[in-house]
Amino acid sequence: MTRPLLEVRELRTHFSIGRSGFMRRKSVLRAVDGVSFSIHEGEVLSLVGESGCGKSTVGRTLTHLETATTGSAVFDGRDILSLSPAEFRPLRRDIQMIFQDPFASLNPRLSIEQKLAEPLFIHRLVRDRSEARERIAATLELVGMDAESMSRFPHEFSGGQRQRIGIARVMILTPRLVIADEPVSALDVSIQAQVLNLLKRLQRDSGVSMLFISHDLGAVRHISDRIAVMYRGTLVETGEKRQIFETPRHAYTRRLLASIPRLEKRIA
Amino acid sequence: MALLDIRNLDLTIARGSELLPVVQGVSLAVEENETLGIVGESGCGKSLTALAVMGLLEGSAARIAGGSIHFQGRNLLALSPEERRRVMGDQMAMIFQEPMTSLNPVYRVGDQIKEAVLQHRSMSGRQAHDRALELLELVRIPDPARRIDSFPHQMSGGQRQRVMIAMALACDPKLLIADEPTTALDVTVQKEVLELVRSLQARTGMSIVLISHDLGVISETCDKVAVMYRGRIVEQASTSTLFSNMSHPYTLGLLGSIPATDHDVEWLDAIPGRVPTLDEAVPGCAFHPRCFAARGSCRTADPDAAAVSPAHIVRCHFPQGSSS
Repeated sequence: MTRPLLEVRELRTHFSIGRSGFMRRKSVLRAVDGVSFSIHEGEVLSLVGESGCGKSTVGRTLTHLETATTGSAVFDGRDILSLSPAEFRPLRRDIQMIFQDPFASLNPRLSIEQKLAEPLFIHRLVRDRSEARERIAATLELVGMDAESMSRFPHEFSGGQRQRIGIARVMILTPRLVIADEPVSALDVSIQAQVLNLLKRLQRDSGVSMLFISHDLGAVRHISDRIAVMYRGTLVETGEKRQIFETPRHAYTRRLLASIPRLEKRIA
Repeated sequence: MALLDIRNLDLTIARGSELLPVVQGVSLAVEENETLGIVGESGCGKSLTALAVMGLLEGSAARIAGGSIHFQGRNLLALSPEERRRVMGDQMAMIFQEPMTSLNPVYRVGDQIKEAVLQHRSMSGRQAHDRALELLELVRIPDPARRIDSFPHQMSGGQRQRVMIAMALACDPKLLIADEPTTALDVTVQKEVLELVRSLQARTGMSIVLISHDLGVISETCDKVAVMYRGRIVEQASTSTLFSNMSHPYTLGLLGSIPATDHDVEWLDAIPGRVPTLDEAVPGCAFHPRCFAARGSCRTADPDAAAVSPAHIVRCHFPQGSSS
């Protein structure tokens, strides 16, 4: 087998908590406690687990939003965890993150054009504004939005449209690895389906690798090639999608699957 | 006689000088010991309908514009605020999605349950304490004698929702309205809470209105289902009829939107477009811009609710399936 695009080995991200107060013992929260997995070119790996299991911290550590305590993550031959912020910066184009609400942390006064042009200029992917506009229009179309939405502002869009724009902002950089952290959980059921289909289609067409982080087992089954089940900071089971759903080995995976409310089958 | 009987309920929200309809002509009945599910996406009016039943619309922007709500044969909308308060929390109670916003963070959970008891029952502090303990046991909080002195933040999300259920059950209500009670919970905890609610119902014989966006939760918990879209009930039937013979294109779309966990699907049958905002007027059927079956009359005439089979009501010009 070829070398994976990303190989995570024994990743640990610990946080110290409860430091305040005289004589108070410092305690350590082991959010991620020895996690290993790999993602190949064009592959979608899902990290599935319940709240607090550490799945989001894995994604945030890989994008330098949190600092790894120990472990390595070799991306394209380099350990990205050992890079300084300056060394990591050029790699940000290759490793992009999609959040639950892409607008929560961004400036509401920027138009969609300004928001999408920003990373293009930062990474020097375009020479001038007209080239940027061309690329933005093409990418918006790719995610099912009109090119005219460019001149509008975030508050003018519904939740589903915002996530489409968030996805456009990531895909416009043609990254090699997308880390999607609960990208559909804030959306209504009918809109979730649209965005899941969109992510799946974009992933297939572009061949980008994806780490899909979610608590939603249905979404995970829909989009992944392989699945890693996380529980209390560690991976209890990793396997092909069908193996995880049809012959789960770990007791926790079985408990998780047994908890899904069953939908009565429609008689066609 | 149904325990709860809602007839032609209309709710409006004032936007400037205009009154925008948010719930239109909703009719629902809940029998004793029955569980009714209301399913729909955000903004469809499911929560506002529940708040109207509870008499809690004051906290929202919506007002009742028409219709009636009968509970045990009495029209709740004709009661004085004083009489209404006596019914609320005593004979009917409600639980919400996020228990932390309903629980007071600075009071011990035991004291909050006691308060709920003493609101409607005259008993001594000792008796109320014993009742609170009994309720915590009932909702299967481990080590209730110790947990009765806990503060909400010392409990997990699942335990807090159990405390909310204990408070709701304080006076043995005839009707429990649960608005997305497990949406904020993990799937394994959700399963435990739904099982708890079902076993409590078997024990007390109460009726339940369960509001959820999750067809799976509805399917596992409810006897009958009402599907709401943009303020109207578009389909209503027993759970088994609904799932074996879905007729409204919106209900079919909701089901098609859910990724299966027991088999692989290449692409989801997503509903195109989005729910129109309140101030966007849609002529004809409100769902027609997103509907795969829409044609001629759908664009001009709002369909009436009609029975496609006994006790299976659909609001659609062209209901799908064999029963049409």
